[in-house]
Amino acid sequence: MKVLSKIYCFFIYLFLYAPIVVLIVFSFNDSTTMSRSVWSGFSFKWYGQLFSDRLIMQALGNTILIAVVAAVVSTILGTAAAIGINSLKRWPRRLVMNITNLPMVNPEIVTGVSMMLLFVIAVRAMNTSLGIGSIMIAHITFCLPYVILSVKPKLSQMDPNLYEAALDLGYHPSQAFFKVVIPEIIPGIVTGMIMAFTLSIDDFIISYFTSGTTQTLPIYIYSMTRKRISPEINALSTLLFAIVLILLLIVNLRKEKENKEILQDEEEP
Amino acid sequence: MGKNWIQKRIAFLFSALMIASLCMVPASAEEDTEAAPDTGVTINVYNWGEYISNGVDGTLDVNAEFTKRTGIHVNYTTFDTNESLYSKLSGGGAEYDVIIPSDYMVSKLIGEDMLEKLDFDKIPNFKYIDDQFRNPAYDPENAYSVPYTWGVIGIFYNKNYVDASETTSWKVLWDPKYKGKILMFDNPRDSFGIAQKILGQSYNTTDANDWQAAANLLKQQKPLVQAYVMDQIFDKMDGGEAWLAPYYAGDAATLVENNPNIGFTIPTDEPTNSFVDAACIPKGSSHKEEAEAYINFLCDPEIAAANVSYIGYSTPESAAKELLPEETVENPIYYPPREIMDKAEVYVNLPEDTNMLLDTLWAEVKMGGPGESATLVAVLAAFLLLYIGIVIHKRRKRKRELQ
Repeated sequence: MKVLSKIYCFFIYLFLYAPIVVLIVFSFNDSTTMSRSVWSGFSFKWYGQLFSDRLIMQALGNTILIAVVAAVVSTILGTAAAIGINSLKRWPRRLVMNITNLPMVNPEIVTGVSMMLLFVIAVRAMNTSLGIGSIMIAHITFCLPYVILSVKPKLSQMDPNLYEAALDLGYHPSQAFFKVVIPEIIPGIVTGMIMAFTLSIDDFIISYFTSGTTQTLPIYIYSMTRKRISPEINALSTLLFAIVLILLLIVNLRKEKENKEILQDEEEP
Repeated sequence: MGKNWIQKRIAFLFSALMIASLCMVPASAEEDTEAAPDTGVTINVYNWGEYISNGVDGTLDVNAEFTKRTGIHVNYTTFDTNESLYSKLSGGGAEYDVIIPSDYMVSKLIGEDMLEKLDFDKIPNFKYIDDQFRNPAYDPENAYSVPYTWGVIGIFYNKNYVDASETTSWKVLWDPKYKGKILMFDNPRDSFGIAQKILGQSYNTTDANDWQAAANLLKQQKPLVQAYVMDQIFDKMDGGEAWLAPYYAGDAATLVENNPNIGFTIPTDEPTNSFVDAACIPKGSSHKEEAEAYINFLCDPEIAAANVSYIGYSTPESAAKELLPEETVENPIYYPPREIMDKAEVYVNLPEDTNMLLDTLWAEVKMGGPGESATLVAVLAAFLLLYIGIVIHKRRKRKRELQ
């Protein structure tokens, strides 16, 4: 039985990571045919080309800028909304939660098209054109429910008396909020923000409809499909994968270290 | 202690992003001393993906060169199909100054009054465009478009399994010998086109019976087809997974050059399709003059030569051809002989009802008729029943537990 479960695990991880391994391996492929399936030697060629390709770099810059703005703004709005929703009475709370969850189950293409229609009307009225602003608004909108959803459980776990106790002990309400409530719910906020960031980087469909004349990385990659997706994209994906991996490692190592410190603190006195 | 690692984590994430964005600035801020004065105008250019020389690997960065010479900035974005270009344009909200659609899309846009007439006094380099590319069927008065590149469709085949003499006819794609090794285009116009030429029809027929006959032919072929794909043909042909594939000549020329097992033929028993991608200015462009300057710049033989040698397609300018290496100009993949070109037909936009018919027929070909959709419905219904069953079962169980 134990062997079977190990084999099962092995296959699960194989299917999860095999595509990424192939992608990474072929980012080092030295081939003039831009082949994505025939190995012809090791080189850093595609990495060099990647950094000299202005269009990819520009698309990457746009994508990161949009993701950062969308993550930060939707986190602030989402946290505020979650706190508000949490202090509502039972029925209104349920109603509002259902309304905020609706965009998540809505097919992305519907969200994308409806936002485009709305933006087109707004843009005509203001005599401008769709662009980075409209993508940011769209991304903030679809990230919002995810932030609310990850912050709200932390709020319900929190002892509601904590905030009042802080006020009783002489804190100004804003001090109580920043020094008592926020530290309690920060894990939820961080999760929400990271989720918003990755959702925004990933998004193709909604960006496609709301982008106007701005191009993000997923749209750029998709537009390569008539000719062929250049191995530069392999190189870029490899770099992104490596950065995320390193970030995760750092975060987990720090967590480990702090857990040890907490244990030591508890043992000492 | 406590939660501050999270704050540090956020700070770290941000600083990483800041550094990343800082690194990106110098690349775009490069400026040459002899640059033309900055006009402060930015034009929006919408072109096919990977369809301009972009400065990678020692090639000429055409957009940067344009900015340097004229002081006009270019916001360059890309699309994947003519249809997505059309939906972007007709959806509104996006203002483009230069677009580069293919032939039939140009005629569709002209028909719907979505293109601006060009002022050819502002495009003096139009004089380099060869006569055979002027006044094309999709723009008979040549008032709206300037050809950018052109090409033909031919058959790529694996020399180890397929003999060159077989590929002179499109019929080889219907040969049961090659069952499971044939690839077809994943777009209706190109796939139907091949069947139409076997049947001796025009690409631009409006007779519903003709289209039905072509669809039947494609349905016959379907069991032999490995997949309906676009850019995947490069990998599938290169890896030997597929042996026969029709594709745009220029796109896959690198395949032939680098893989000795792969050959290319433009069928001569029946005519082929020649296509043109042309630069146009859509209605509503707010920088028409700058857009014309851009189109003019693309027609400069030096720039045209740089672009086609990057893209792999053919140039409509003899003057640009002279700047290309001789082996390219003499290669029939890039510049097929006159008799093929004389017989080749260009797509023109189809009337609305023919387009609708084409879409339904294409869906039928790919989905495989009503029989398969019945199976799909049956499977979905089975899932639904299973789901309802589980829900009812759980309810009953809960009730029993409550009692």
